Amino acid sequence: MKSKRFEALAQRPVNKDGFVKEWAEVGLIAMDSPNDPIPSIKINGGKVTELDGKARKDFDMLDIFIADYAINLDNAEKVMAMDSLELARKLVDINVSRKEILKLTLSMTPAKIVEVVGKMNVLEMMMAATKMRARKIPSNQCHVTNLKDNMIQIAADAAEAAIRGFDEQETTVGIVRYAPFNALGILIGSQVGRPGVLTQCAVEEATELVLGMRGFTAYAETVSVYGTEPVFMDGDDTPWSKSFLASCYASRGLKMRFTSGTGSEVQMGYAEGKSMLYLEARCQFVTKGAGVQGTQNGSVSCVGVPAGVPGGIRAILAENLIGMMLDLECASSNDQTFTHSDLRRVARTLMQFVPGTDYICSGYSSTPNYDNMFAGSNWDAEDYDDWNIIQRDLKVDGGLKPVSEQDVVKVRNKAAKAIQALFRELELPEITDNEVEAATYAHGSKDMPDRNVVEDLKAAEELISKGITGVDIVKALYKAGFEDVAESVFKMLKQRVAGDYLHTSAILDKDFKVISAVNYANDYAGPQTGYQMSKERWAEISNIQNAVSPEDF
Amino acid sequence: MAMDEKLIKKVIEEVLKEMKLNNDKPEVKTSSIADETGNMTLTEVGTFAQGKAPNEVVIGLAAAFGKHQTKTIIGIPHDQVLKEVIAGIEEEGMNYRIVRIYRTSDVAFVSHDSAKLSGSGIGIGIQSKGTTVIHQKDLFPLSNLELFSQAPLIDLATYRQIGKNAAKYAKGESPAPVPVKNDQMARPKYQAIAALLHIKETQYVDSDKKPQEIKVEFK
Repeated sequence: MKSKRFEALAQRPVNKDGFVKEWAEVGLIAMDSPNDPIPSIKINGGKVTELDGKARKDFDMLDIFIADYAINLDNAEKVMAMDSLELARKLVDINVSRKEILKLTLSMTPAKIVEVVGKMNVLEMMMAATKMRARKIPSNQCHVTNLKDNMIQIAADAAEAAIRGFDEQETTVGIVRYAPFNALGILIGSQVGRPGVLTQCAVEEATELVLGMRGFTAYAETVSVYGTEPVFMDGDDTPWSKSFLASCYASRGLKMRFTSGTGSEVQMGYAEGKSMLYLEARCQFVTKGAGVQGTQNGSVSCVGVPAGVPGGIRAILAENLIGMMLDLECASSNDQTFTHSDLRRVARTLMQFVPGTDYICSGYSSTPNYDNMFAGSNWDAEDYDDWNIIQRDLKVDGGLKPVSEQDVVKVRNKAAKAIQALFRELELPEITDNEVEAATYAHGSKDMPDRNVVEDLKAAEELISKGITGVDIVKALYKAGFEDVAESVFKMLKQRVAGDYLHTSAILDKDFKVISAVNYANDYAGPQTGYQMSKERWAEISNIQNAVSPEDF
Repeated sequence: MAMDEKLIKKVIEEVLKEMKLNNDKPEVKTSSIADETGNMTLTEVGTFAQGKAPNEVVIGLAAAFGKHQTKTIIGIPHDQVLKEVIAGIEEEGMNYRIVRIYRTSDVAFVSHDSAKLSGSGIGIGIQSKGTTVIHQKDLFPLSNLELFSQAPLIDLATYRQIGKNAAKYAKGESPAPVPVKNDQMARPKYQAIAALLHIKETQYVDSDKKPQEIKVEFK
């Protein structure tokens, strides 16, 4: 006989997920691998001679980089001698300010910072994140992609996502050669929705840089760093080459952050038996040492790995917290799918949603998941109302707001028309009125007519070889009668010259004013401090269209 | 044939001994020249020569493909995978050569190395778990012509299409890319297992070993 209870349980979505047992020798372990080093530092004549139990002569390239650039040595010996439990308690103590904590955490070694967060449960980590997040107001980022790389749909989805509240938007490609068109789609669409939304196109690093320098994108995030030497070398990279890339962005006034996350090293087969969190801590120190303002971390695309082992979701919150403890902007993932279970995906997100992070999702799929070309997000367009109502239930600002169908249709249509006009002006393959209408009312790419892919790819290549830049886009939009969109794209280009949005955790408001950790620093110190939702914002979150009012009866 | 293999095996073992190759690598210890898995025999015949023929596509196999692992993450036997890719190339009237890349298990570099070794500049890289890339030698390693990143979604028809498209690129054509597939639930189901398979592939990486030419025989 078979148990009917077990039969029912076997059918539950959670039992479609893949789980594995810990295997510490190869690093298939979230935290506390027996092979993780014991924290230590020795400094001689202003140089680190021992780091986390390793003498300088045994350093690998990450150790050298971290020892020489990532740790504030003035305070290091003192902090390393402090009890990790005491340090963990300071992190949750509302009477110890963020500033005071940074003096301690910026002098820790990777093994020390891992030991400190290892003393905390998830609730304590969430309390620490509330205080340690760099920017006072939390925000959110979305993905705008589709299976067909249809740029008209990208423009329409970007416009809708902008009025729904996302301050940053990210696209990528199914077919690499579509990158310039997808970048144009998200740029135009986002500015139609809400001027000042920052956009990026995640592709191979050199191409991504070119798109940024051309003014097709406003920032970059897909610059990956790894926690072991062989994984770095698999990508033909070093911490120095990544730093060089970071300074290329800085030199052109372009915002950027690094990306890393638990599970990547073990996923690539070179974890050296260390825990996923320890290796991610090394990535965070490399990020800090490179002088980059921020990180996207929280396992990101490797989430299936930590999520498959015990304590993995706790480790993901811990790594976000480590980023914040190093005074970095933290885009905290909550992006890629890791489970079939709606319960698990909400539980995972509450870790960042409740305390608030610089970008709770990085990103939230603004399309149905079948169109999400990051292989699916933890949240998608079909969850918009759930997200809005969870904000309303908990009185939490998760960055989004309810919108009306009428407003959505209007901005989608304008975005589709704008890119149609832009393509006409730039002599790119025609976008038909039929496509504009389809994009206006589409839910996903199944609702979009097919395009001539070969012709598009050829034109995309020519667009780059002809040397078209943001200025040409501005001119073309202006000429086509979209003066307001042209002005927004122009103002976005001006940011490169001003450089203010290079500050930590910077986003732009609709008037292109910077909101960052410099002019709007998190000052949380207990109840009724830090970010407090305004009355207007609470009304916006509260007033969902499907709530009935007493007057209705 | 059996005699020949034995002979070659003996010669190679002696050469290896002379070269005092690090023998804690599993594939050296159990160094067998022909690997039989299912319905195919893969024979290593020496260092892969740089291709000159413009009508060839190079198929690059990751370290464990068809040797230490025998099927993809969804259980498609490696011999069938290879057969379909080859059939796709031959359908377009092009030739193929097979190389095993030892220096890395990263599919971007397996495919890029293969493209660089290919007379046409077009290579296909295949990992044991099934992940596949079509690459061109002048592209950045982490760029590609076509990427099939979600191994659980690649079926035999797709492998044939991959072979066909690679051959078309080699002929200088611009084929419509193989339609991209996407399943947001592939990661929850397979990623942790993919990590296991990749760790097992990476254990056979040998950073000092040159690309080896492979002869395949299907039964």
